[in-house]
Amino acid sequence: MAEVILKNICKVYDGGVKAVDNANIHINDKEFVVLVGPSGCGKSTTLRMVAGLEDITDGDLLIDGKRVNDEAPKDRDIAMVFQNYALYPHMTVYDNMAFGLKIRKYAKDEIETRVNEAARILDIEELLSRKPKALSGGQRQRVAVGRAIVRKPKVFLFDEPLSNLDAKLRVQMRAEISGLHAKLQATMIYVTHDQVEAMTMGDKIVVMKNGVIQQIGTPLKLYNEPINRFVAGFIGSPPMNILTAKIVEENGSIVVKGAGVSVVPGKEYEEGLKPYVGKEIFFGVRPEDLEEVRKVDPNNFITANVDVIEPLGAETHVWLSTAESTLIARTAPSSDFKVGDEISFTCNLSKIHFFEMENERSIFFKED
Amino acid sequence: MDKNKSGFKPLILAGLVILTAGFLIGGFVFLQSLQNVKVLMTLFAVIWGVGSVALLYFVLNEVATSLPRKMRSVAVAFVFAGPAVALLFWALVVPTLRSLRLSFFDATGKHFVGLANYVFAFSDPIMLESFRNNLLWMIFGTSSCVILGIIIAVLADKSRHESLFKSLIFMPMAISFVGAGVIWKFMYAYKGEGINVVEIGLLNAVVTALGGKAQAWLLVPFWNNFFLIAIMTWLQTGYAMVIISSAIKAIPESLNEAARVDGAGGFTIFFKITIPSIMPTIITVTTTILIFSLKLFDVVRVMTGGNFGTNVIANEFYQRQFTYGNTGQASAIAIVLLVFIVPVLAYNLKEFRSRRVLK
Repeated sequence: MAEVILKNICKVYDGGVKAVDNANIHINDKEFVVLVGPSGCGKSTTLRMVAGLEDITDGDLLIDGKRVNDEAPKDRDIAMVFQNYALYPHMTVYDNMAFGLKIRKYAKDEIETRVNEAARILDIEELLSRKPKALSGGQRQRVAVGRAIVRKPKVFLFDEPLSNLDAKLRVQMRAEISGLHAKLQATMIYVTHDQVEAMTMGDKIVVMKNGVIQQIGTPLKLYNEPINRFVAGFIGSPPMNILTAKIVEENGSIVVKGAGVSVVPGKEYEEGLKPYVGKEIFFGVRPEDLEEVRKVDPNNFITANVDVIEPLGAETHVWLSTAESTLIARTAPSSDFKVGDEISFTCNLSKIHFFEMENERSIFFKED
Repeated sequence: MDKNKSGFKPLILAGLVILTAGFLIGGFVFLQSLQNVKVLMTLFAVIWGVGSVALLYFVLNEVATSLPRKMRSVAVAFVFAGPAVALLFWALVVPTLRSLRLSFFDATGKHFVGLANYVFAFSDPIMLESFRNNLLWMIFGTSSCVILGIIIAVLADKSRHESLFKSLIFMPMAISFVGAGVIWKFMYAYKGEGINVVEIGLLNAVVTALGGKAQAWLLVPFWNNFFLIAIMTWLQTGYAMVIISSAIKAIPESLNEAARVDGAGGFTIFFKITIPSIMPTIITVTTTILIFSLKLFDVVRVMTGGNFGTNVIANEFYQRQFTYGNTGQASAIAIVLLVFIVPVLAYNLKEFRSRRVLK
């Protein structure tokens, strides 16, 4: 299989729109990499440049050490699964899957073996003689995946393949594609705007925004150590709470102060926060790192009013607001809040985040 | 109150019907008395014509809606669709049946001659020539329109000035066949040999410029059919192109991209993806132009009058009816033409209806 390297890849469209700015990604052999970001962040463009469907304005694209910038898609030995499946409507499922092999002049029985094997893996053997219009969305998606795997390409590309499916099917297909990756041991690049898909499927996640890569890392690295405010807010559901606060020095210790917020972060943060004394910062804490307390700890509290209560069964999400901002807390299902109640929380001090006001970068972020 | 109203209604309606009838008949009589004042007559005809149709619909609708609920829906349908159906029957079905009847009678339409007219239609040398020529039109005219239409649609689809090219190709559609004939007469013009004779025909200009000899193109046996077919191609390619172009645009771009990733080149994509995807449209366009070439008349009539081996069925029908006054033979030809066209038409309509399903 293959290693894919993007070196300083740029994409500028006619008219000067910069879709991808200086992207550097190193994708190892057999790795499952997810490109994630809001729409218009350049993730699909990046994938299409790897596929060869979009010209690369600047930079180098290497597949297995070979520069392929100027090679046609057919010479790159890649396969792609499209968002709308892009099945050939006039061909049967069998012919859809065999098309690429026929063009590459494979022997008839070889084609048959491969298609049947792919159909078996994807459990679509009984659909082989049908036309795409006679298939459901999930079945079409399987055929589209099948069309990719019969070719045994170096790299699989997925462009938001699950976004046209309903929620239940999406969860199922998510697991199936992950399983497929384990079975095929292939390099896969997967584009999605859904951070849950990214977290659950990726060995490595690339978060993009406005054409710029924000952070690359394992799902848990991104979750626990987001590089900036954007990644912190994008990864995780419900997202991290970001509050505007001020760093002050009281009685010789550093305190984070805001409307309804007063937190003494403790020794390990003092050194780093010293330069910010007297300045405003963004203070971040994830919903599950807030713990409701009856007795307010004067050194660690956030007090807010309950706006909305969302019982999910296993847990309850509580939407709250302070005088300045809104936040969400993840609480036990047994908690008995009412809308309008004033509640106090303590923060898990080992899992708090600080972001600079100007460039929104994490103050304590360390590269691996 | 209600009782009063329902008691009055039939009376009012009857009055309205009488009034309308009076308006219609009176207007007609008055119109005829205006024979000498043409301007007034035209004005009155327009106002009375439109007005009386509106009045007729209004009154009939009133009558229909006043009927009991059960009869009402049927009656309303009759009022609105009835006149159109009646008109169609009168102008289409009756003449067809009359033609069928006349085709079994002699030139004057008085003496029964059995199948003699049909024997003529299938054995007369001029008719056989017409059949052959119509076949040429159907095969070469239709295929050149459709193939050129596809090629232009595909090429224009990728170009920067797409709308300009397409407009240029489509423009001849706005010209009538007779007008096109006049234009193309200049294309094929031949002045003959002699002193001080200057060739003004475009084709001859090209030929002589290349060192060839000027020709009377429309007199060249057999091949002159193709010079005529070129005219229809010029006129109809735009139609084929526009319809096919819209079908090509309906193919999702990701389909082409998927094919490219699958390893297909431009030609493979065209023949394996584009053409099959737009096949229903191609069939509809082909059958439409096929019908066109079957009943083709104007181009031949204007350019050669059916002489020099260029005759077609519709022109021969015209000749038999209006030049020779042979109603029987003309009717037989018309019926033969009808029999040829109906299956193509039926297939065309079927395709047209099922297009949504095929997509």
